[in-house]
Amino acid sequence: MLSAECCIFMPRWLKPVIFLACLVPLASLVWQSFHAELGANPIEKITHTTGDCTLTFLLITLSVTPVRKLTRQYWLIGLRRMFGLFAFFYGTLHLTTYVWLDKFFDVHEMLADIAKRRFITAGMTAFALMIPLALTSTKWSIRKLGGKRWQALHRLIYLSAAAGVIHYIWLVKADLKKPLEYATVLGVLILYRVIAWLASRGPQPANAPTSEGLRKVAQG
Amino acid sequence: MLIKKATDIRSSEITPKSLYLNRRKFLAGAAMAGAAAATGLGLREVLSPSTTALAGNKIDGIQKSPFSTTETITPYKDVTNYNNYYEFSTDKDGPAKLAQKFRTRPWKVKIDGQVEKKQELDVDTIIKMATPEERIYRHRCVEGWSIVVPWVGFSLSELIKRANPTSKAKFVEFTTIYDPGQMPGQTGHVLDWPYVEGLRMDEAMHPLTLLCFGMYGEDLPNQDGAPIRIVVPWKYGFKSAKAIVRIRFTEKQPLNTWNISAPQEYGFYSNVNPNVDHPRWSQAKERRLGEFYKRPTLMFNGYGDQVASLYTGMDLRKNF
Repeated sequence: MLSAECCIFMPRWLKPVIFLACLVPLASLVWQSFHAELGANPIEKITHTTGDCTLTFLLITLSVTPVRKLTRQYWLIGLRRMFGLFAFFYGTLHLTTYVWLDKFFDVHEMLADIAKRRFITAGMTAFALMIPLALTSTKWSIRKLGGKRWQALHRLIYLSAAAGVIHYIWLVKADLKKPLEYATVLGVLILYRVIAWLASRGPQPANAPTSEGLRKVAQG
Repeated sequence: MLIKKATDIRSSEITPKSLYLNRRKFLAGAAMAGAAAATGLGLREVLSPSTTALAGNKIDGIQKSPFSTTETITPYKDVTNYNNYYEFSTDKDGPAKLAQKFRTRPWKVKIDGQVEKKQELDVDTIIKMATPEERIYRHRCVEGWSIVVPWVGFSLSELIKRANPTSKAKFVEFTTIYDPGQMPGQTGHVLDWPYVEGLRMDEAMHPLTLLCFGMYGEDLPNQDGAPIRIVVPWKYGFKSAKAIVRIRFTEKQPLNTWNISAPQEYGFYSNVNPNVDHPRWSQAKERRLGEFYKRPTLMFNGYGDQVASLYTGMDLRKNF
């Protein structure tokens, strides 16, 4: 099993392998479309699959920090940006399917949809929130914005994931099972952060070393 | 981090050299396995063959009908693998897999309510009541997709005549079988079971309303509502109740299941109407399965000439 020691090392070949794994859903869709295996309503299948992938990758991105902290495999942080960008990638495919294969680029119809169909409003919001995150995903952006401002901006991912789950809840006819599964996972991931934040703000135990105390010890 | 003095660490705690050198290999292996599993899951979906429905018995003596449309018939494979049949599953391809062992014989249909005499008829008795006809109908789902299906059956009015409803009978109510042992979707509560639908008496007596027991020249496949269902082509598909076990004549308007589920979204009449949107999506267009572009939805699903007179003077926005 994974060793109990913490690990800050990621093998070089891991990232390309995971990159390819993230492309498997797209590859399956392409394969299925060439073999006429997308079922009776292929456009609906593509829309649903890309939508599921978007939400799944958003949740994977949000689970990187809890997993790396709990398993002490700190190198996982190196994968988080890739997962986040894949969420944006599949979100773009999902939106493109809607714009092109559902609405055939009819701007008037799309604006009417956004205004009137609240599940579309929620979906558009979820996507729009991902745009600034994708644009500022580079190391250059972190430097330019400064760590604190970058982190504050990237908290938008919670809103995006929530809007995505609401989009799903609002579009199903009666079966809330799958949307609520996503909602539950998102809830747990947010709960983790709330607990972690509360724990970091809580009072320090009396014997724990403070920086003041350590300095005194060092000075002997 | 507390750094222990050297003597605090026992020799038994020292990691064996071979393990230390191989831990990276191990992590590598674990990650590989994970990636392989994810890829395998993806590929399994890709490579597993799509389920084809079992062909049923051929129905003899089918007559052609002037009510049939000349539009292109949807491929059998699509009509039997893309089904909204929540009794089995809310996935479109679920019913084809889960309904394979569904028992359609023996099957009785109770005919009661406002009738001269209550009856319980064997389904094969009902099927022999009139000459089977091929009715090629457009079928429009409330979700916004449509198909063209060559149903086999005869006008529901043939059954109604023989049922002798009294003058108090203003509506006809249809009940689908309730059997969670055979229908896994009924163990949950996505809808209130059993599924109930209804028609006004004049709608039920209309020649277009079909008592249906076959399609594509054969018995109905299980996932399409076997052994007996109704088809009301000018209304949204959910009105065409499947696997019927009871036909009751009532004085009061029946409470249909989708209306109970979401009264502001699904009404009793549910006539196909491009001018009355579903609260959450437009009904102006539809995707005909097999076609790339969406097509405009027709009032009464294109059967306005035959049925519009049933609704003269009615506000179809209020009575959606």
